Amino acid sequence: MRTADIVTASLLMLLGGLVLFDAVRLGFGWGPDGPQSGFFPAWLAIIMIGTCGAILVQAVWNASDKPFVNREQLRSVLAVLWPAVVAVALMHFLGLYVASALYMAFYMRWVGHHSWPIVVVISLGIPIACFVIFELWFLVPMPKGPLEEWLGY
Amino acid sequence: MGIENLWMGFHIAITPFNLWMAVIGILLGTIIGVLPGLGGANGVAILLPVTFTMPPTSAIILLTSIYWGALFGGAITSILFNIPGEPWSVATTFDGYPMARSGRGGQALTGAFSSSFIGAFFSIVLITLFAPLLAEIALRFGPPEIFAIQLLTFSSFVGLGGGNPLKSVVSIMIGFILAAVGLDIVTGQLRLTFGFTELMRGFDFIIAVIGLFGIGEILLSVEEGLSFQGTRTGMNLRVVLDTWKVLPRYWRTFIRSSFIGFWMGFKPGGATPASFMSYAFAKRFSKNADKFGKGELEGVVAPETAAHAAGIAAMLPMMTLGIPGSPTAAVMLGGLIIWGLQPGPLLFKEKPDFVWGLIASMYTGNVIGVLMVLAFVPLFAAILRIPFAILTPLIVVVCAIGSYAVHNSMLDIWYMLIFGVVGYAFKKLDYPLAPFVLALVLGDMAENALRQSLIMSQGTLTIFLTRPIAGVITAAAIFFFIMPIITPWWRRLRGGPPAGAPVINHG
Repeated sequence: MRTADIVTASLLMLLGGLVLFDAVRLGFGWGPDGPQSGFFPAWLAIIMIGTCGAILVQAVWNASDKPFVNREQLRSVLAVLWPAVVAVALMHFLGLYVASALYMAFYMRWVGHHSWPIVVVISLGIPIACFVIFELWFLVPMPKGPLEEWLGY
Repeated sequence: MGIENLWMGFHIAITPFNLWMAVIGILLGTIIGVLPGLGGANGVAILLPVTFTMPPTSAIILLTSIYWGALFGGAITSILFNIPGEPWSVATTFDGYPMARSGRGGQALTGAFSSSFIGAFFSIVLITLFAPLLAEIALRFGPPEIFAIQLLTFSSFVGLGGGNPLKSVVSIMIGFILAAVGLDIVTGQLRLTFGFTELMRGFDFIIAVIGLFGIGEILLSVEEGLSFQGTRTGMNLRVVLDTWKVLPRYWRTFIRSSFIGFWMGFKPGGATPASFMSYAFAKRFSKNADKFGKGELEGVVAPETAAHAAGIAAMLPMMTLGIPGSPTAAVMLGGLIIWGLQPGPLLFKEKPDFVWGLIASMYTGNVIGVLMVLAFVPLFAAILRIPFAILTPLIVVVCAIGSYAVHNSMLDIWYMLIFGVVGYAFKKLDYPLAPFVLALVLGDMAENALRQSLIMSQGTLTIFLTRPIAGVITAAAIFFFIMPIITPWWRRLRGGPPAGAPVINHG
């Protein structure tokens, strides 16, 4: 926990430095018609850097030594995360509906060990239901791929 | 005079067609509210074209009913899934979700719907009685008062939120910084984009909410090895009646939260801070403060009462001044103009049938709403019995759809995933997520109010203290900000136990 706390506070301090750098570029003083663009960000950055400094001191002095995440936890978190990342990447090529169907089928079979009939019915049914609700009913367009194009949408 | 007008309004609102519009609106609104990302504002905007051919009164009844439905629906996902469908139902997750997890989902839902109804009813009565008077007060608010109110909201996170006050401050700053990314509308300069055109349009709070609370929460849940697979809630008439027996115990919370909700609600962006403030105050004054965050019914009652009171109060400035009090009200205002009505004070004189029909429909719509959601609760509770391995990818997919629908942008889906990982890390490290999101929502408004105030005062900050209304609010805000510093001193002076400040996770 201590290491994670220190790393996070340091990263946020860096972010604050970045914001301050940009605020200085924009000007943080008093312009011809009131405060300049960088005025508000500059103060945000200064408060953030100061507060993160205090958190750093706090973390060094009295943070718990409990690990941030153990191996088992990390594995189950990644098991959700990486298929989601792959699915979003696939959406660029296959469209949202096909990618979602593949993602749901994969997850249900691989993590949930559901039987094939359930996997097929749900992984096809949900994207089709979403298609009806969003594309046809609410007219919200979603990213589409070759399949939708072939079907004429 | 008022009674006669209201009577006339009821004659309009109770026609079969208008009642039917209310039923359809509530049903659609509840579905929209349950789907994360597709909130009240989106839903109203999408259905706006449907109303062009209707009489204006029926059209506004349909749209406002969608809004009431979305308010009810937000509570359902907050409690059952820990996914706030709307930013103002974030505070409902703090205790609603732990309750659902421990098998008291039915109680939490009944409490949420009933409190929503009470908060709404309170606000409608106040709108009916005090609309002209309150509008006059709000008219006198200048930028210093608006900024002071924002200061008060954020100070309540730091002073009353529990947890680490320093981390609360950092969360607020990150939210404001992300809100500043993109085009500065005052000077026309690009800020914090570092040459990336993708960053020009900034970060939308809906994406952040979906990522932080939707994806982040899934990651936390799988890490804990807990599945969404819920116990049977045993939701039935008996649970509803039993919960109703308990609810009068919280009459103080109802009154306090209704007032907070109404007071915050008629200003832009009011519903979200109102729900958080109400939660913080309820925790402060409750005998069971240590149970807050672990599944305390009062922790559901307080934010729901305030959020719904504020949601209704947001209609007040729209009707009387032509200024929307919430994004959803802003969409409705657009509708008013399309239907050929001129929003503003004249509406009361020129179209009394429209105004009073709308006010009367608030009464009927909320009565229909609370009965409908309570009747369909077994249906919603059934969602809990879906296995985890089906629900997880389903939520990810719905979150992705919601993120994409906001701006039709694939990049937003990636942002959503990144916000998810950030939310997971922040929650583990006890950085509160709620003030982060709130700062992101209110960022531009706060900055504009600050800028205009400073222009008014030629750059001196004393303007926030010398104007009477702003001064009182600023003083209260300063008190909350320094409370974490003075509380240990105060305890020591009184010889009380050492400060073992309860660590309550706010996000």
